[in-house]
Amino acid sequence: MNEYNFAYLDEQTKRMIRRAILKGLAIPGYQVPFASREMPMPYGWGTGGVQVSAATLTPDDTLKVIDQGADDTTNAVSIRKFFERTAGIETTEETEKATVIQTRHRIPEQKLREDQILVYQVPIPEPLRFLEPRETETRKMHSLEEYGLMHVKLYEDISQHGQIATSYAYPVRVSERYVMDPSPIPKFDNPKLEMDAIQLFGAGREQRIYAVPPHTKLVSLDFEDYPFEASKADHACDLCGAQDSYLDELITDDQGGRMFVCSDTDYCRCRREAGHIGRLGVPAQ
Amino acid sequence: MTPLLQVRDISKHYGARIGCTDVGFDLYPGEVMGIVGESGSGKSTLLNCLAGHLPPDRGEVIFDTRADGPVDTVTMSEPARRMLARTDWAFVHQHARDGLRMTVSAGGNIGERLMAVGTRHYGDIRSRATDWLERVEIDENRIDDRPSAFSGGMQQRLQIARNLVTGPRLVFMDEPTGGLDVSVQARLLDLVRGLVREMGLSALIVTHDLAVVRLLADRLMVMKDGHVVEAGLTDQVLDDPQHGYTQLLVSSVLQV
Repeated sequence: MNEYNFAYLDEQTKRMIRRAILKGLAIPGYQVPFASREMPMPYGWGTGGVQVSAATLTPDDTLKVIDQGADDTTNAVSIRKFFERTAGIETTEETEKATVIQTRHRIPEQKLREDQILVYQVPIPEPLRFLEPRETETRKMHSLEEYGLMHVKLYEDISQHGQIATSYAYPVRVSERYVMDPSPIPKFDNPKLEMDAIQLFGAGREQRIYAVPPHTKLVSLDFEDYPFEASKADHACDLCGAQDSYLDELITDDQGGRMFVCSDTDYCRCRREAGHIGRLGVPAQ
Repeated sequence: MTPLLQVRDISKHYGARIGCTDVGFDLYPGEVMGIVGESGSGKSTLLNCLAGHLPPDRGEVIFDTRADGPVDTVTMSEPARRMLARTDWAFVHQHARDGLRMTVSAGGNIGERLMAVGTRHYGDIRSRATDWLERVEIDENRIDDRPSAFSGGMQQRLQIARNLVTGPRLVFMDEPTGGLDVSVQARLLDLVRGLVREMGLSALIVTHDLAVVRLLADRLMVMKDGHVVEAGLTDQVLDDPQHGYTQLLVSSVLQV
């Protein structure tokens, strides 16, 4: 096939990562340290997610990679190519056909199945990091379930903005135990975290892996008088007319023109092919 | 009456050097005890051992808990000790920066302990914070300002509010007036004295300023080179010092 070992990493490394993944699945939300390897891409480009994907993939798998919901952005294209070349596996842009989906900053709109695995790229796995800079202290707080500080952040949001202004990387409590950073997904996606598929989180630079098994209970943190709200732009998609999907706002000219489109490109394409047309859309060929 | 805190034979060594050694005393509810001595005499080591920040080499610190009565806090589990530290205990640092979260607003600082013990209602937290700002004489429209925008005296008062909001029964204070000018010191002492009386707090105050203990403390312990050299009622120790070192200390106070 080629001179790379299957999926780039050597077998010992993959075993080590799989062990971390299994431990993560056994303790949902717990950050498992692992010996992150140098990958042929810069930190911040998904080195953690790529390692988890590499350890998860089998020759029969079909891989989909999305970046902010899109299949055709630099990050997604280059990671897809990376695995095409080093693993020789099938890749796809269709959520339906994928068995492993590596994602950055989004959960696909389409409901995932039990036989699918969602791999997240995580920049900063520690939800308490910006409140308590000492790693020794945050670990202790996790082990003793001292999570009052997380609410201090939400308190600050409300006191400054009149509402919980945290709109991405919104902290969740996993199985009534660990507080977890769900990676920088919009809080619109938080309710979707309770899903049928396995979710794996890899942080390469920070050398942490964590996981959420299927059907796990996740609660987004909030206050009694300021409950959690999954928010999105108050529009319909201008291409496919979807009311229920997360939207990107695009500036189209310097005259104030703008349009809202689904951030999940595959979802948008499927809808247009099924005949839905938005405000600025054209029928699919 | 059961003492709130019973300290037995506490010793802490740093290698061959003595931090503090063989310290023992009882502290009763509502009582304020001062610990004085020069720099390096082991006052802060002792306070940190008692408050659970440092593990002592030997000895017992028995605290009369609300739920289980007297318990040795040195041997109790860490989660239980940390729980105690944010409910029934309070620790006021010399430098307010050590005790405050400088990147979090005044309201958030006061609310942190409440949220740590499970309060999840923003409106309640907000009104408790406003109430406490008023009690420590900080204007309530400063509630959303960060402590970095506060003066030294205000920071120290905010630190006190942040610590007392959960209604602790025992307050540890490490040089609470250090680094403040005299008029600010006087207001702070006034405030602390008022709060101690009003809330029936017990307090341990470490200081090298004899005026502070004269004003606040019922009883006094004088430390030198890690040992307690003299203990007794504050007025008695200050007006009729027996030990040579205490005599030196009392006579060293500058008169204006």
